[in-house]
Amino acid sequence: MIHSLFLINSSGDIFLEKHWKSVVSRSVCDYFFEAQERATEPENVPPVIPTPHHYLISVLRHRIYFVAVIQSEVPPLFVIEFLHRVVDTFQDYFGVCTEAAIKDNVVVVYELLEEMLDNGFPLATESNILKELIKPPTILRTMVNTITGSTNVGEQLPTGQLSVVPWRRTGVKYTNNEAYFDVVEEIDAIIDKSGYGSEQTRSTITAEIQGVIDACVKLTGMPDLTLSFMNPRLLDDVSFHPCVRFKRWEAERILSFIPPDGNFRLLSYHVSSQNLVAIPVYVKHNISFREGSSQGRFDLTLGPKQTMGKSVEAVLVSSQLPRGVLTANLNPSQGTYTFDPVTKMLTWDVGKINPQKLPSLKGTMSLQAGASKPDENPSINIQLKIQQMAISGLKVNRLDMYGEKYKPFKGIKYMTKAGKFQVRT
Amino acid sequence: MQEWANQLCENRQFGSKMTDSKYFTTTKKGEIFELKAELNSDKKEKKKEAVKKVIASMTVGKDVSALFPDVVNCMQTDNLELKKLVYLYLMNYAKSQPDMAIMAVNTFVKDCEDLNPLIRALAVRTMGCIRVDKITEYLCEPLRKCLKDEDPYVRKTAAVCVAKLHDINAQLVEDQGFLDTLKDLISDSNPMVVANAVAALSEIAESHPNSNLLDLNPQTINKLLTALNECTEWGQIFILDCLANYSPRDDRESQSICERVTPRLSHANSAVVLSAVKVLMKFMEMLPKDLDYYGTLLKKLAPPLVTLLSAEPELQYVALRNINLIVQRRPEILKHEMKVFFVKYNDPIYVKLEKLDIMIRLASQANIAQVLAELKEYATEVDVDFVRKAVRAIGRCAIKVEQSAERCVSTLLDLIQTKVNYVVQEAIVVIKDIFRKYPNKYESVIATLCEHLESLDEPEARAAMIWIVGEYAERIDNADELLESFLEGFHDESTQVQLQLLTAIVKLFLKKPTETQELVQQVLSLATQDSDNPDLRDRGYIYWRLLSTDPVAAKEVVLAEKPLISEETDLIEPTLLEELICHIGTLASVYHKPPSAFVEGSRGVQHKRLTSSAGSGESVESPDTGSAAVSEAPPAVIPSQGDLLGDLLNLDLTPPTSTGPPPSAAPGMQLGAMDLLGGGLDSLLGGDIGGSPAMGAAFGAPPAAMPASFNAPISGGLDDLFDLGGGGMTMGTYIPPKTVWLPAMKAKGLEISGTFVRRSGVIQMEMTLNNKAMSVMSDFAIQFNRNSFGLAPAGPLQILTPISPNQSIEAALPLSTVGPVMKMEPLNNLQVAVKNNIDVFYFSCQYPISMLFLEDGKMERQVFLATWKDIPNENESQFQIKDCHLNSDAASNKLQGSNIFTIAKRTVEGQDMLYQSMKLTNGIWVLAELRVQAGNPNYTISLKCRAPEVSQCVFQNYETVLKN
Repeated sequence: MIHSLFLINSSGDIFLEKHWKSVVSRSVCDYFFEAQERATEPENVPPVIPTPHHYLISVLRHRIYFVAVIQSEVPPLFVIEFLHRVVDTFQDYFGVCTEAAIKDNVVVVYELLEEMLDNGFPLATESNILKELIKPPTILRTMVNTITGSTNVGEQLPTGQLSVVPWRRTGVKYTNNEAYFDVVEEIDAIIDKSGYGSEQTRSTITAEIQGVIDACVKLTGMPDLTLSFMNPRLLDDVSFHPCVRFKRWEAERILSFIPPDGNFRLLSYHVSSQNLVAIPVYVKHNISFREGSSQGRFDLTLGPKQTMGKSVEAVLVSSQLPRGVLTANLNPSQGTYTFDPVTKMLTWDVGKINPQKLPSLKGTMSLQAGASKPDENPSINIQLKIQQMAISGLKVNRLDMYGEKYKPFKGIKYMTKAGKFQVRT
Repeated sequence: MQEWANQLCENRQFGSKMTDSKYFTTTKKGEIFELKAELNSDKKEKKKEAVKKVIASMTVGKDVSALFPDVVNCMQTDNLELKKLVYLYLMNYAKSQPDMAIMAVNTFVKDCEDLNPLIRALAVRTMGCIRVDKITEYLCEPLRKCLKDEDPYVRKTAAVCVAKLHDINAQLVEDQGFLDTLKDLISDSNPMVVANAVAALSEIAESHPNSNLLDLNPQTINKLLTALNECTEWGQIFILDCLANYSPRDDRESQSICERVTPRLSHANSAVVLSAVKVLMKFMEMLPKDLDYYGTLLKKLAPPLVTLLSAEPELQYVALRNINLIVQRRPEILKHEMKVFFVKYNDPIYVKLEKLDIMIRLASQANIAQVLAELKEYATEVDVDFVRKAVRAIGRCAIKVEQSAERCVSTLLDLIQTKVNYVVQEAIVVIKDIFRKYPNKYESVIATLCEHLESLDEPEARAAMIWIVGEYAERIDNADELLESFLEGFHDESTQVQLQLLTAIVKLFLKKPTETQELVQQVLSLATQDSDNPDLRDRGYIYWRLLSTDPVAAKEVVLAEKPLISEETDLIEPTLLEELICHIGTLASVYHKPPSAFVEGSRGVQHKRLTSSAGSGESVESPDTGSAAVSEAPPAVIPSQGDLLGDLLNLDLTPPTSTGPPPSAAPGMQLGAMDLLGGGLDSLLGGDIGGSPAMGAAFGAPPAAMPASFNAPISGGLDDLFDLGGGGMTMGTYIPPKTVWLPAMKAKGLEISGTFVRRSGVIQMEMTLNNKAMSVMSDFAIQFNRNSFGLAPAGPLQILTPISPNQSIEAALPLSTVGPVMKMEPLNNLQVAVKNNIDVFYFSCQYPISMLFLEDGKMERQVFLATWKDIPNENESQFQIKDCHLNSDAASNKLQGSNIFTIAKRTVEGQDMLYQSMKLTNGIWVLAELRVQAGNPNYTISLKCRAPEVSQCVFQNYETVLKN
């Protein structure tokens, strides 16, 4: 099982170590540093690194490497999932997961890690259980504790630990009972540079939707909720929070569950059938260099495509220009652009797309003197948001509550975003 | 209140915050000194803060072990946080201060009786983490109580504690009966306790491969499946991994388990999903393929795998490595999901490379157009490694999907036009493979390739280009010029290129002999005279001889038709694949190596195999459900560059008929003149043996002397010592009597009889050569054909004087086992060629396999047991030895003389069972169980070996040894 954990910052310092079994010397991280040196980018460090006596499994989050050391055969996904849980917990406790935050709260971090893993076996990883065991630090509590001498470690066995619904604590009370659900969909797509040469026949190479339903439920007692959809057939590839009763879903396509208290992800789903994935924007582009000239042309226009009448907002276009590009002299019809001459990253903050007046970015790029025409074709990355719509067309039909007498306030929001949305040029 | 003020003070290191960073501040006086004072303070608060500082120092790797007694003094407290902090410290430093750690025992014992279950659990948890041998025995009683605690939280914590204790002192845990208690916990009413018990048992089982700790039966399986629905996600992983070890009795049971596991595929935790996939992939083997459920299950497996690919890159990587296995085993699951493997430009490189691999595996006629368009796109990316792999992938597509070959070639040509150096080189390497797969189809592109000759600077690309030029020399007008241009820097080239250049020029010469004589002379002398590389020199000599003796034969050999390369590349060998499928989700599956290959500490190796439904009684079409899939056409593999060269070499060298001994060239030679014969054969047979006068000056330096014996003489000496000490001298090796191998009639008067012996670890072939002809015989040399165990002469045949008529001479030839290997039928068959001044003669003989039994073939008992269990039962074969009148001890003694070692003897109801082991020179172990019943002349012998082919031979050997 998981033997030890090392946290390493971007400059290669080990700033925290925790051992659950015998102590493993931190020199084991040298193998990690070697791999890090070989990798061109920080994110290219391979997640599993073998060393003569151990294996190092790492994730990179918030520019911190979480490196787990294992000695025997352990499922790597188990380790990676656990590391993610550690990151989530830190974020939950300290608001951010940064080196500074971890150092500032090092004792809480240590207590948390000790509580999350016992002899390498996960012990308590649910945030509500952890919060009963170790109270998150707040300035107020630190003050009160120091004055009264009380501690931020819970004295009682967490109620959820052994119940059939470990995700919910008992005795929850609210004056305003409310349940909010956010349906958030992200479009991942690769758009071809146009299969056959003409600008109009731009073809979609892949397109899929990663959707989630995140919930914020603040309800008194032990509510039992059911959520049904207008078009549940869309959801054929789903991952549920453990609270969802799977049998009921299989039989009736209704989500039935006793929710955890607070924020949680009810389900995530995946729509891969391409005809269900609408592409909300199109891009016309012409990025070209001429042989023997140190100037290149840059011409980009965006327009709405399948948006079902909603407006496309918070559009951000970025593109990694070829290494040879020295400067870019462009003229945006709206928004602002920046070009980082070191990383060669061009970013254009477009804002909202007005279908009457399409945003465009035009101008020239200059190459290093004497540089040859670049080989690579830059890809264009697009971020965007569309409010009030789930692009797959998913719609909640109704939400009901059983088991409690009061009337809760219910709300559902929809939102579509671009995930990894790339246009090839 | 002072503390309060402290916190408000400026903090030099991290800025002013009321945070834990204050614990890192140091003063000039000396940190440890100050902490010591604070720890011994009367004020509770001050103590706690001091402990926190200590912990903070610990987390950053500072050594604060000097404070041990002071910290432990703080343990007796009713403040839970302080207690926890002290425990944290204890776990870290107890090992370095074992004597002091005993001070803590009392508190643990007391805490295990506390009213608060949280404290009881905390105590039992911490106890196990104190890795001090002296303490452990004090902890047994409290642990026993906690394992039976009324509170499940305490029980589940105690279960893990057993695993911890086992790690420290395995014997103690067994003696105290904790393992049985742990097994009982599998039937606990609380699912969390069940999950932890399973986890603890799995961990213990890993270091105890044969303990049957997780003895799964339908009842326990049922309990596990019930607990599966109710326990935490981590517990689910443990239970699923444990389930995967179970072998269902029939297809019905397997289906019902699959049905209950399937809902896990929708879990949000990817590790749960992958473990569930493992269980399903394994149990699916048992299901009849015509079952509706089988199809349903196949369909259900695709979406969760696809979903894994939308997770974080690290998860994707592990998922992709596993999908790579799944795709090889059951391509139908993901055959419609090609697009999810398309590469996004901001994927990390390790994800990109894996995706590419799977794309090629999934490529088929249906999707090839799409795949090619993608690959072409990737070939223009920035990352060099990725671009190279993409270009190679195009070549692999061409070889895999015949219909697409043309399109692939034109795509490659487009890429060559980009003139990006590494793209061009990769493209040429793969085009060479395409030529080999589809000969005489795409040669029109050669002209284009030749244009880029100058830009090639990598050995692999150069070698590929040279191969192409040589192979198609007749179609390239200036082939000689091209090759000559390479020749200029011959000595600076890598071996790979040199070898290829040599072969290519010889090919060219055979095709266009008139213009290229000078060139071939030049390359041959470069290779044979100016090079230090033995491979190159040997190849040079061989060509030279071939060309000088019989150009026609040379043409047949060098320009022989090459075997086509087959389509799938780097597939995992089927048995390994089966084993890996049983280990989906583990490190083994990430590295595509069997678990035994790399995980430290798994002493006993449990090879897992997929069990097909063949055994299930009522399934009608069982024979072709699982097993058929297993034995689907064994994939051949494109040889890597090195192998390819090896192949060329072998093509040149091996006699065209691999089964029958006489090479086809022989008859022609017999008719020919004497010296031609000598020369020609020398190059084939005695290149480094003979030193025949006919070799002449052209061949320069005399052959290097071979070491007298390859089998280290030192080990032989040691064995002698052992034999003396052990009194094992009584029984020597059984030496079969000499038999006539080559009758005089067949060999123009030369009669050879002989036998094989093994003396002190050296194998010798002892021969009597009898001259029954009328003339003197001289110039003897000997050579073996490739054989099953790589037997080869370890030195030249030492016959120093000519043999006059009617004279006979004894010769002993030491053998090594490092020669080339080829499986023979029967296994111990050896084909020998002997040459003398008259002719070359061929015969075959059989050696007793005991020649190959090593002196260190005695296995450890434990290892023997583990190995015996580990080898599947199909590999066991049983034989009867009739009419043998030895008692078991005598038999054992006799066998020992032939390096068959008795490891253990057991007597059951008047029957002696001897457990024996032997080790072959190639590292294969054979295990035997010999049953001898007093008064019964018939022995029964069971042989188990990973390579069951040797069993027959070994049995024969037993028989001959025992009966002589």
